[in-house]
Amino acid sequence: MKKRSLLLFSIVTLLTTTHVIAETKEVSQKGKAFSQDKLTVKVGDSVNFRNDDPFFHNVFSLSDASMFDLGSYPKGESKSVTFDQAGTVEVECAIHPSMQMVVEVTP
Amino acid sequence: MKKRMNRATGFLTFTAIIITGLITACSTQTANLNKAESPNDLHQWLLPATPPHPEGNAPTPERVELGKMLFFDPRLSRDKNMSCATCHNPSLGWADGLPKGRGFKSNELGRATPTVINTAYNSIQMWDGRKKDLEDQAMGPLQADVEMNTDFEHLFVWLNENSGYKAAFAKAYPGEPIAPETAAKAIASFERTVISNNSPFDAWIKGDKFAMTKQQIRGFKLFSDKEKADCAVCHSAPNFTDDGFHNIGLASFGEKDTDLGRFHQRPLRLMKGAFKTPTLRDIALTAPYFHDGSSNTLMDVVEHYANGGENKTNLSPNLSKIKLNQQEKEDLVAFLGALTSKNDLMTLPLLP
Repeated sequence: MKKRSLLLFSIVTLLTTTHVIAETKEVSQKGKAFSQDKLTVKVGDSVNFRNDDPFFHNVFSLSDASMFDLGSYPKGESKSVTFDQAGTVEVECAIHPSMQMVVEVTP
Repeated sequence: MKKRMNRATGFLTFTAIIITGLITACSTQTANLNKAESPNDLHQWLLPATPPHPEGNAPTPERVELGKMLFFDPRLSRDKNMSCATCHNPSLGWADGLPKGRGFKSNELGRATPTVINTAYNSIQMWDGRKKDLEDQAMGPLQADVEMNTDFEHLFVWLNENSGYKAAFAKAYPGEPIAPETAAKAIASFERTVISNNSPFDAWIKGDKFAMTKQQIRGFKLFSDKEKADCAVCHSAPNFTDDGFHNIGLASFGEKDTDLGRFHQRPLRLMKGAFKTPTLRDIALTAPYFHDGSSNTLMDVVEHYANGGENKTNLSPNLSKIKLNQQEKEDLVAFLGALTSKNDLMTLPLLP
């Protein structure tokens, strides 16, 4: 009985975890630049934008594939966005527009 | 049967643990943080010897000379009475000394005239950042019906018939037509020569410890001290601007039909009433201050920031009240006076 429960648990764990293979990637904002110019993620993945500068940054996108505005936040804080649709997402800091990067969201 | 069951259970449990482990590893994967932070030393304040220029418009003496003629030629405007230099007057810090610019038929414009000084180093142009570089910007005031209101068809027929301009264009841009694009490139090339980079502050940074007064040095310390005035958070090295956009809490933001600034380009709440950080180089020459020309003196400006702005609605998160005594305020103003360069007198061109 105990073994059967364990087998059932294993099957359920396998099914659920393989279904939700979503990653969270980290991007830093430091020296008024994103740590990467380009990042490729899959639909359902998230990107966590961390501010490592001693002043406020913002993160937003007005791209068709994903529109979001994470507001502004200080050093040490981070905010995430999940990409639900495939496409090219141009990400920028509204405060410092030379801070730009592209997130390629693949199916 | 029991054995097989045991094996199957063991295998599945093992696989589940491995996959869960892999997923956990992936979810905490940290991307390479491969961009270095700028070195935080005094030399970061020195401007590059030559400003950047876009591909296809490397500066040459012929291009600069043509651009200078166009910049100072009032015949470019519809009424033939306004040149670029009417508002960007070299005798007035390449601005106009007015709270807000005056355009066609002397009508008041919406914002103060920004200086041309060191715009060559900007990564984005205009108070609201709607132009990417000087080439992109140069024809803007000619096209605007509230500014020079130029009759483009007439202007370019005239330029193509003027022997002096024909020769100058041929030397500057051989094989290219006399057209708005080439005129813009020439004006941009001239504007890239309007540089402030040899102020007492620059000399002090380079090692002349007597180039600034003790008061000015105290002012610089306050200016760049993150625990004190921290002006450098936005007026950052080397051009005293972060090329960024901030709502700095001006009283005019509370007025009816207020100017929303950068919001027109980037419709985000944070950008309502946000304007581009201007350079502070040669700042003593370009009063009045702010995009609405609402401050007459540098002391007014320092007072404004010490109070953390007047209208706190949608205030930039990088702004807060600063505790400064009168001496410290005077030190800051003294430091700003050390940012004025001694340049050669501008000689006006003879127009063809």
